Amino acid sequence: MLYREAGQFRTSYAADQQLLPIRQDRILMAVLLAVAFVGVPLFASDYWLTALLTPFLVFALAALGLNILTGYAGQLSLGTAAFMAVGAFAAYNFQLRVPGMPILGSFVLGGLTAAVVGVAFGLPSLRIKGFYLAVATLAAQFFIPWLLVKVPWFTNNSSSGVITSQPIVILGYVFDTPGSKYLLVLAIVALMALAAKNLVRSRIGRAWMAVRDMDVAAEVIGIRIMRTKLIAFAVSSFYCGVAGALYAYAYLGSVEPDGFNLDLSFRILFMIIIGGVGSILGSFLGAAFITLLPIFLDVLLVDGALALGLNLPSGATSMVQLVVFGALIIFFLIVEPHGLARLWQIGKEKLRLWPFPY
Amino acid sequence: MSARDPEPGRRIGDTLLQVQHISLAFGGVKALTDISFDVREHEIRAIIGPNGAGKSSMLNCINGVYSPQQGEIRFSGSTFRKMDPHKAATMGIARTFQNIALFKGMSVLDNIMTGRNLKMRSNLLAQALYIGPNRQEELAHREKVEQIIDFLQIESVRKTPVGRLPYGVQKRVELGRALAAEPRLLLLDEPMAGMNIEEKQDMCRFILDVNDEFGTTIVLIEHDMGVVMDISDRVVVLDYGKKIGDGTPAEVRANQAVIDAYLGVSH
Repeated sequence: MLYREAGQFRTSYAADQQLLPIRQDRILMAVLLAVAFVGVPLFASDYWLTALLTPFLVFALAALGLNILTGYAGQLSLGTAAFMAVGAFAAYNFQLRVPGMPILGSFVLGGLTAAVVGVAFGLPSLRIKGFYLAVATLAAQFFIPWLLVKVPWFTNNSSSGVITSQPIVILGYVFDTPGSKYLLVLAIVALMALAAKNLVRSRIGRAWMAVRDMDVAAEVIGIRIMRTKLIAFAVSSFYCGVAGALYAYAYLGSVEPDGFNLDLSFRILFMIIIGGVGSILGSFLGAAFITLLPIFLDVLLVDGALALGLNLPSGATSMVQLVVFGALIIFFLIVEPHGLARLWQIGKEKLRLWPFPY
Repeated sequence: MSARDPEPGRRIGDTLLQVQHISLAFGGVKALTDISFDVREHEIRAIIGPNGAGKSSMLNCINGVYSPQQGEIRFSGSTFRKMDPHKAATMGIARTFQNIALFKGMSVLDNIMTGRNLKMRSNLLAQALYIGPNRQEELAHREKVEQIIDFLQIESVRKTPVGRLPYGVQKRVELGRALAAEPRLLLLDEPMAGMNIEEKQDMCRFILDVNDEFGTTIVLIEHDMGVVMDISDRVVVLDYGKKIGDGTPAEVRANQAVIDAYLGVSH
């Protein structure tokens, strides 16, 4: 009933091609943005902001980057964390070594450095596909953290390899509270998500999907396969690089190369698999699922045990949480292998007709 | 079954494409041996032959998917030892595939829009911002694409992912994607394979309309002899990678070598 688009006629191609052609979607998006920008900072506690929402946004951005490469351009990558590391350490070094460097400039340059590195490691994609390419990107995953540890210059000769991010100052305003950091990350992520959405509905996005779906046909209609793949690697790594910089500056504060390990790459890969491969929304849903669900489960289990009067041994709740979490992943993959984004889409299609079956 | 009459408004022009002494081998298998033929502007040229005769390989040589070992290809005044797909596309050669090669995850609209990629110019940053020139470009091309959608009568499915469409409609969308590039030469690889009689009639009408209205030169591979004899101006016959016949449908039908290839000969 609420989600009917009857009566909303689009009379020009401009109206039909806008981002959210359905009025209800626009309202929903406006409410969501209002809650995220105004509601959350007003009402959320510091714990929520630092431990839940900021990492969620950072991971969503990294998942978005991987989704551009894997979901849209069809190039499987296991090097996400490595490209994040490049972004984080490059931003750190630009900030450290270039006097008067604005912090946002460092983030952008960090992203661009990651893009260059991503293109270099994307070169094998011109000859190999699928699982073989995934193995080639593993090289990045092992090589880059190793290089960052081996060359002390990258960590400014820090003996432990840990770098501590400089304070975030923009135009004299210091972003040091959880709320301000959250707002900064939110603004960056929102803008970059909008840009990603625009890219995938433009020529380059169609070229990515064409290469993914049928590369011979793409070549025959004049798409340059090599260039298209390398642009996908560059844009994807740029997103991962900025995510890495935010991970270091806005979330953790201090990072070491070994923190950007294969585990993190897999986490981000799982986010897009669960959220939806080839979907901008899916990147956010997947990041929410992987980062937020374990914590909600934890709270639920502890409170549930208390309510039932059970005295669980310490550690049992975290075990149960892992089991439930794993079971939920399997459940969602069986119910909808195309991810949460597809569930949402199916839900919307059903809602259009509700309460009638067709 | 008769060759179609030349219509007053439709002039066969000069030679647009000339294939000269093309030979193609995969290891020891000779797919094509010394094939030469020409295609004139605005004509419909059919390539026929039994299965495995090398018809699809011939098309793949023309638009550069395969590189022939010998011979050369002359297209609109320039000669090429071998084509490459991108060059062929920029020169106005478009094609469809025998087994549908659509982009399955994309909508009909996006598939046909992708066919126009060579005509779009805006850079990556403009695309990311979706402002000004890029937005206008998308809209201008959308309008062209909608004309093709109208022409092929697939308005009702324009937002449907092509993977969900029935086979006959997918074939039509693939024709649309090729037409989106506004080609001079259109290569159709069995556009009517696996269709029922109504779908074949529709497809024939689209091919003839493309030829008449846009003046597109068409090279077509087809197994349905009724269709071939009805719509094509001239026919090339291949058998085991060799050319065994070339001429108007009436000439080809009377050619003893062609009859032998299709019906067999007693030894």
